[in-house]
Amino acid sequence: MTPTFAGQLINLLAALLLLIAFAMLSQRRVLSLIYLFAWQGFVLVLSTTLVAYSTGQHHLYYSAALTLILKVFALPWILHRLIIRLNIKWDVETLINIPTTMLLGIVLVIFAFNLALPISQLASTVTKNTLGIAMACVLLAFLMMITRRKAVPQVIGFLAIENGLFFAATSATYGMPMVVEFGVALDVLVGTFIFGIFFFQIRETFDSLDIHHLEKLKED
Amino acid sequence: MIHSIFTQLLQTLLIVGLAPLLVGWVNQCRAWLQNKSGAGVLQPYRVLHKLFNKDAVLADGASPLFRLAPYVQFGCMALVGTIVPVLATDLPFAAAADVIALVGLFALARLFAALAAMDVGTAFGSMGARREMLVACLAEPALLMVFFTPSLIAQSTSLPTIVETLAHREFVLYPSLAFAAIAFYMVSLAENARIPVDNPTTHLELTMIHEAMILEYSARHLALIEWASAIKLMNYSVIGISLFLPWGIVEAEGWLLIPVALAALFAKLLAGGAALALLETLSAKMRIFRAPEFLGTAFLLAVLGMLIRLALEK
Repeated sequence: MTPTFAGQLINLLAALLLLIAFAMLSQRRVLSLIYLFAWQGFVLVLSTTLVAYSTGQHHLYYSAALTLILKVFALPWILHRLIIRLNIKWDVETLINIPTTMLLGIVLVIFAFNLALPISQLASTVTKNTLGIAMACVLLAFLMMITRRKAVPQVIGFLAIENGLFFAATSATYGMPMVVEFGVALDVLVGTFIFGIFFFQIRETFDSLDIHHLEKLKED
Repeated sequence: MIHSIFTQLLQTLLIVGLAPLLVGWVNQCRAWLQNKSGAGVLQPYRVLHKLFNKDAVLADGASPLFRLAPYVQFGCMALVGTIVPVLATDLPFAAAADVIALVGLFALARLFAALAAMDVGTAFGSMGARREMLVACLAEPALLMVFFTPSLIAQSTSLPTIVETLAHREFVLYPSLAFAAIAFYMVSLAENARIPVDNPTTHLELTMIHEAMILEYSARHLALIEWASAIKLMNYSVIGISLFLPWGIVEAEGWLLIPVALAALFAKLLAGGAALALLETLSAKMRIFRAPEFLGTAFLLAVLGMLIRLALEK
């Protein structure tokens, strides 16, 4: 059985999301990471709009608009300002080398696809097959968070997890209730501000953004 | 039957005969992009003509394998050219090998190239052979993975069946094929010694891979190797076309449409060659130790394509 053309387009966008998640995992520069994050948000907007159009769920238009404003323009802009102020445009240090991370990423994707299989069989939405991809995006963003040494990529990983969750909600149940979505959006925005303040605090205390320093509890 | 034999002959002549033209076109496009006037699209033919008219010089102690290798390489590449459906899917030879056997044919040609390079015992030859094998052992699994995605869609590894499924059934968007296409492009850049991995025009010892292997060859042997590598580029282009842009290739019994298929093929090759030249102009050659990462990414994309095919497009 082949899905409708809109369904195929949604599948294509889902595949694109996964590709961007991998690109973020392999990215060595903070600035490119931010652009990729903005692109991921943009693909998310497109797919949400498409789901809204093909299913007639009007509230999804609002969440798409919210995503567009917040994740394509506002958050990347804030992060961009932050890294210019912190003067850290350059390389990202990773804990494991990048090819190994990519291989781990493939394992995670297989795991996520297997995990999503029974759930998507129960779901009745047109987008049920993309649930596996959404979960893979969440796991890949998580992997990015734990394999990076510096604070800024970790925060981008955190925001990318939120992207993945949003996509999962859209594909499994046509989005969360509006109140929840507003709440999450506000949380993410405020969270980024707080992280921004944290960055400056961390750098002032340790002269670097390496999270490793936070493990020391005592002054010595 | 007569028609299919005619198509087969036409296609073989086309691939073997026009391969240097494709190389000339890519070089010409690259020259234009770099604000040079270029040597003309026929330059590879002139080079071949020059080389065929020279006397061959063989190194002392070169074994018969060294002489044999150019013929094997040329033969393998010409054989691949007869198997891939370029104009029509109704080819008598196409039943001889599927995509996996194609990978094997490429590997056979490479094996002989590497053995011949080590045969004379020069430092450059062995170094080139080792580098070529490094690239090859990473590119080959990626290439196989790329081929598995369209094979899963068509439920067959035979190229004519894949082309018929993709080009002549109801149009469906396959995200998995997009991944496979990107991976295939990366692999074919590496396999054809194009710029991000190897520079086909360089003779700088630190960077060359393919050129280092053929330094000891001269005259007709060199001409055959150069021609074989031109056919290899052509083969990769037509495999890419038949897997990912198969529209225009005619089905069985449609031999009246061959001129249309021919025009479509020329348009695709012109565009593909220009795109290759653009990419080569825009990017710089990678350090050789970056090549594993590049090919690892290709492998990853190919595997992702397969996974997406299995999970998403049910």
